[in-house]
Amino acid sequence: MAAVQGGMVDEKEEVDIKTEPQSDGFVNTNATDGRQLSPSPGSSSSAGSSKTAAGAPEDQQTLLAVLQFLRKNKLTESVEILRREAGLPEDALDSKGVDCGAPGSGGSAGGVDGLDAGSLLSRVTVSSSAGTPAPTKAVADDQPDVSVVLSAYSQQGDPALYKVYYSDLKKFIESVLDCHRAELSQVFYPLFVHMYLELVYNNHESEAKAFFQKFSGDQECYYEDDLRVLSSLTKKEHMRGNETLLDFRTSKFVLRISRDSYQLLKRHLQERQNNQIWNIIQEHLYIDIFDGMPRSKSQIDAMSGSLAGEAKREANKAKVYYGLLKEPEIELPLDDEDEEAENEEGKPKKKKPKKDSMGSKSKKQDPNAPSQNRIPLPELKDSDKLDKIMYMKEATKRIRLGPENLPSICFYTFLNAYQGLTAVDFTDDSSLIAGGFADSTVRVWSVTPKKLRKVKSAADLNLIDKESDDVLERIMDEKTASESKVLYGHSGPVYGISFSPDRNYLLSSSEDGTVRLWSLLTFTCLVGYKGHNYPVWDTQFSPYGYYFVSGGHDRVARLWATDHYQPLRIFAGHLADVTCTRFHPNSNYVATGSSDRTIRLWDVLTGNCVRIFTGHKGPIHTLAFSPNGKFLASGATDGRVLLWDIGHGLMVSELKGHTDTIYALRFSRDGEILASGSMDNTVRLWNAAKAFDDLETDDFTAATGHIHLQDNSPELLLGTYMSKSTPVIHLHFTRRNLLLAAGSYAA
Amino acid sequence: MAEREERRFAQVSRESVTLMAESAGVELGEEIAAVLAEDVCYRLREAAQSSSQFMKHAKRKKLTVEDFNRALRWSNVEAICGYGAQDTLPFRSVKEGELFFVEDREINLIELALATNIPKGCAETMVRVNVAYLDGKGNMELQGAVPAAVQSLSDDLLKYYQQITRAILGDDPHLMKVALLDLQSNSKIAALLPYFVYVISGVKSVSHDLEQLNRLLHMVRSLVQNPYLYLGSYVRSLVSSVMYCILEPLAASINPLNDHWTLRDYAALLLSNIFWTHGDLVSGLYHQILLSLQKVLSDPVRPLCSHYGAVVGLHALGWKAVEKVLFPHLPAYWANLQAVLDDYSVSNAQVKADGHKVYGAILVAVERLLKMKALSLSHPGEWCVNAQTGSLAAAVGYRSPGLSPPPESLSEAAFGIASHLQAGSGGCPWEEWAPVSLPAMYLELYSFFGDSLAVRFSTGPGLDSYPYCPSTLLREPKKEALGQGSNSDTARKMPQLTANLSISPRRDGSPRTDPPPPSLAAAGPGRSLARSSSAQRSRYSSSRSGQRLTGLPRDVFPKARFSSPQNGPPTFTFVIGGRQMGQRCQGRRPFQTVFAPTPPPSAVPPRAYAHKLPVIGRVGKPVRRWTCSHYSLLLPL
Repeated sequence: MAAVQGGMVDEKEEVDIKTEPQSDGFVNTNATDGRQLSPSPGSSSSAGSSKTAAGAPEDQQTLLAVLQFLRKNKLTESVEILRREAGLPEDALDSKGVDCGAPGSGGSAGGVDGLDAGSLLSRVTVSSSAGTPAPTKAVADDQPDVSVVLSAYSQQGDPALYKVYYSDLKKFIESVLDCHRAELSQVFYPLFVHMYLELVYNNHESEAKAFFQKFSGDQECYYEDDLRVLSSLTKKEHMRGNETLLDFRTSKFVLRISRDSYQLLKRHLQERQNNQIWNIIQEHLYIDIFDGMPRSKSQIDAMSGSLAGEAKREANKAKVYYGLLKEPEIELPLDDEDEEAENEEGKPKKKKPKKDSMGSKSKKQDPNAPSQNRIPLPELKDSDKLDKIMYMKEATKRIRLGPENLPSICFYTFLNAYQGLTAVDFTDDSSLIAGGFADSTVRVWSVTPKKLRKVKSAADLNLIDKESDDVLERIMDEKTASESKVLYGHSGPVYGISFSPDRNYLLSSSEDGTVRLWSLLTFTCLVGYKGHNYPVWDTQFSPYGYYFVSGGHDRVARLWATDHYQPLRIFAGHLADVTCTRFHPNSNYVATGSSDRTIRLWDVLTGNCVRIFTGHKGPIHTLAFSPNGKFLASGATDGRVLLWDIGHGLMVSELKGHTDTIYALRFSRDGEILASGSMDNTVRLWNAAKAFDDLETDDFTAATGHIHLQDNSPELLLGTYMSKSTPVIHLHFTRRNLLLAAGSYAA
Repeated sequence: MAEREERRFAQVSRESVTLMAESAGVELGEEIAAVLAEDVCYRLREAAQSSSQFMKHAKRKKLTVEDFNRALRWSNVEAICGYGAQDTLPFRSVKEGELFFVEDREINLIELALATNIPKGCAETMVRVNVAYLDGKGNMELQGAVPAAVQSLSDDLLKYYQQITRAILGDDPHLMKVALLDLQSNSKIAALLPYFVYVISGVKSVSHDLEQLNRLLHMVRSLVQNPYLYLGSYVRSLVSSVMYCILEPLAASINPLNDHWTLRDYAALLLSNIFWTHGDLVSGLYHQILLSLQKVLSDPVRPLCSHYGAVVGLHALGWKAVEKVLFPHLPAYWANLQAVLDDYSVSNAQVKADGHKVYGAILVAVERLLKMKALSLSHPGEWCVNAQTGSLAAAVGYRSPGLSPPPESLSEAAFGIASHLQAGSGGCPWEEWAPVSLPAMYLELYSFFGDSLAVRFSTGPGLDSYPYCPSTLLREPKKEALGQGSNSDTARKMPQLTANLSISPRRDGSPRTDPPPPSLAAAGPGRSLARSSSAQRSRYSSSRSGQRLTGLPRDVFPKARFSSPQNGPPTFTFVIGGRQMGQRCQGRRPFQTVFAPTPPPSAVPPRAYAHKLPVIGRVGKPVRRWTCSHYSLLLPL
């Protein structure tokens, strides 16, 4: 499986735009060049920011290297532009450029690099023949020009000394003050990995194995999975194409360390002349230094665990408009309906003020909400308005949930699914349920007595009186009425499924690399969206319809519109598969969870990544936004549910209790309760309101970005509900706050 | 190093690689084989790794061959075919070669193709919904038959429980017998009692299945008879289950071919059995039972089979119960029954047959009532025992009669004796009233049943005691009783009093002196209502009979009996009516005794019947009917 790093459209533009027009003659090198700048979002975004300030020394070095490259290829104009934009003095380039360029321009690519260049070519052709839009990032280190700056393991010390270096550092860190030890210990894991990989890369197999054996036990347990992958890797040839490795080599592992601790480390390494380690820290680690108290072990543990360390603080600084959009004005029909209801039921007056309050609420603009037309949204159809009215009516009958008033749970069990049920979705009004199956089928059931009917054939439709009031009823073919319909079309297991809000469409994403749009009027496939080319793990409609998002094995999430066969946005940045995708209630943002154990929030408008949440210790399999749009809940294979404050970009709570992968999360309609469903055959209810209320938001304004979580899972857990032997793979709150759960019986 | 690796992963040995190469016709050097082996291991691990994500996304815990093949396909490796089966493949070993392999039998395609036993396709995938948790609490009833709590029992008990319930509710009659016998005698099943009671309470869910109902009743009997079981408060639950069988219009009764009558008889017997043996465990049980029986009896909407159940139930509870509930109720009920019995339309045939059943049951009950009453009068000290033995038969054989009846009935019995022996000592009105009414009772009953009663009665043991009863006992006891009875009635039976009062304006012309009329206590308002409403009926029916006096041959008993006492001229009807008006007053009984061959006070249908008349299609006089309805309009007050 060739690893594909989708073009980092949003992030590399700074440099890319300038280099590409002139790079025709250097297709190959230049293509990789563009990628070289993009591999870690950190490095490229810092490149972007360096135009205002010269940035950290590393960034400057990067720039210089790029300049060097450009100059070497006689792209003098580009050099000028870049230099001007970066605000670098002419002489800086000259003086440093020599340092940087010297080893590279000397043509000292070495046998190793030459070999890899060959393999690079083959890789590029392979992946392009597979139709991937962007070639791999595997080659970043293999280009002579920038190899010193951006990569990798070609420089080497005495392999026998690695152990000494590492244990020396270990001894040092163990001897420092307690308050610094936890922080500095973060260095162990990335150092360990990179040293091991360096050994493997330089063909010191036995040393590598010895090194691994000696120190792998010291690593945090939540890196176990990665270590297992590493341990199986002992040959340089194997490094090629190994995804975990690629992630390590191409992205900088981010650490947050207080200034004091960092100084301590730096001084130690300088005293010892421990260049080997210092080089690795310089090249492969991004140390986010902050002023203030060093963090405690638990604080660090809460945030670490992702494939590439923590998120940088600045990655979560962007403003996120998490407020909800103003509800459209549909007062008039509502009035009619209500008056009718009043007349019928003979209980006037009561509803009036209620409705008014509802109206006034929607009129008030949420200061945190994006402007109404930030994202063009489809106009409401009459049927949508009717549905809104229905929704409001139902909402008035909603049960107010709370710790004393827990929801009833209805369990939808899929029988005879033979372990084949892979995805479930309910319509918002809970009238339909759809299941995606491993046998490539999608099945739709009607949950209400109303049966599923197809629209009549074109010939029959011609005979219908189109002026009649019940034309919508007349177009349905009564003969086709049945409780369920099967949709055939995919050629692989259906991993994701999503109803459109208006219940006219259904999306399904499959292992076959496509996302399909089905009509629920004709029960046929309308469109197959191709683009991922690898299994598509999840897809979801926007809450306003029209847009949808999909994410898959190719590590990118894509934003589509139903009437475009190509994606509108590609959200690239995850270091591993995008496993789940979710729209923000205001449709302006998309959250993606990934196997790299991070959650990213993307701005639909700009395509930028605006939030990175780290803290999960396993692949994230489900996400849920709170109804007010302020919070995000995530569930992962580690059995924990994490709650995030989107506005501040911080973790707010950790809910421990599940013993297996969490596949389903859902907030109750009023956001009071969070329900989680898991492979451990339980549904758990959590007091979300309490978790959010307990927040001391003042802490956030300090902007340290540090959280201190107290372990209050037992208090927040409101109940654990067992099914007999049915993993819970989907949860849904009806409009009246009845909890529906679904899963297939595992006999 | 290699050892560590081996511990960590499965490995392909270099020998295997050489072997495979040889089978493909390639010679490999040692070194190459070693390198290849290592590489193969790595690739395998890689494939396994990537296949696991297909498993995770399919939300499974089990890695399938298909997952692995998918991983292979995505890394451009040919998939491995032939291992798609869901079951695990058994490995076979060959000792000599220390070889393990998957057996791959040859399959005869022809046989397969021509096979007639085509396997069925998988059942269709479907969705089932159930309310798993209500308001965050567990579901009350699980789908299974076994209540959840049973699972907390010890294994042995659980097994016993399952075996017994299965045997009793199963198909094998022999097994059932064994199970029932064991249930009767097992001394270690106390812990299971609640669950058996729970199972028995399932009568409500099998009301369509006589067989099952019977089995459950058998179960009740076994439990009741088990001397080691202390039923405690479960008696109530058992009684309610049995009562259900007695009284409810079971679904099984819809089909006339179903013999639900026997079931009711059996249940009634069981009821008395429980009551006499375990009635002391729950206070007030006797009254509750009587009340519910009476309620059914006085509810004309209930089907006849329910009434039948009530009658046999009363009968089974002993003659005192019959006297307390059935007898005072009879006049009112009689009219209802009469209506049914008098309807000869074809559509009514079934109901009429049921009516006869009820009639028979009443007759039996009443007969014993008279017999026992006579007996108790002639042998005052023994009546209690008699009643007991009479109603219980052998069921209580092993219990001492003095201990077995529930306390309240005992006390009543004591009162009864006391009042009987020393008239006027006060106490329970039923008891005091009872002896007085024997002659009247006979008369009244006779008026209902006519000769059918007399004939049968004459064969009974109380025969000789009867004839002088009316004449000897009538006067003095009656008067005392009336005075006392009236007092206690006013004190205790308020609803009845109000009912009477409401009627009283209609009785202005009646020779009533005492405001609170004595009444049959147990009858309550129902009876008085029925009585007063029966006034109209008496007018009507007597007038009708007067019209029909010409002698339409009546082949059913009631008619024959009615016509005989009413042989008088039509004008007589008015007299009857007047007397009926005052029936609750003191003037009634002397009147009745004076005219010994009384016209039946019973030929008096209640209001309900009066309403029914036009429907049934009798020829009624419009004017009379009007008076009827006029009356009935006011009665509900």
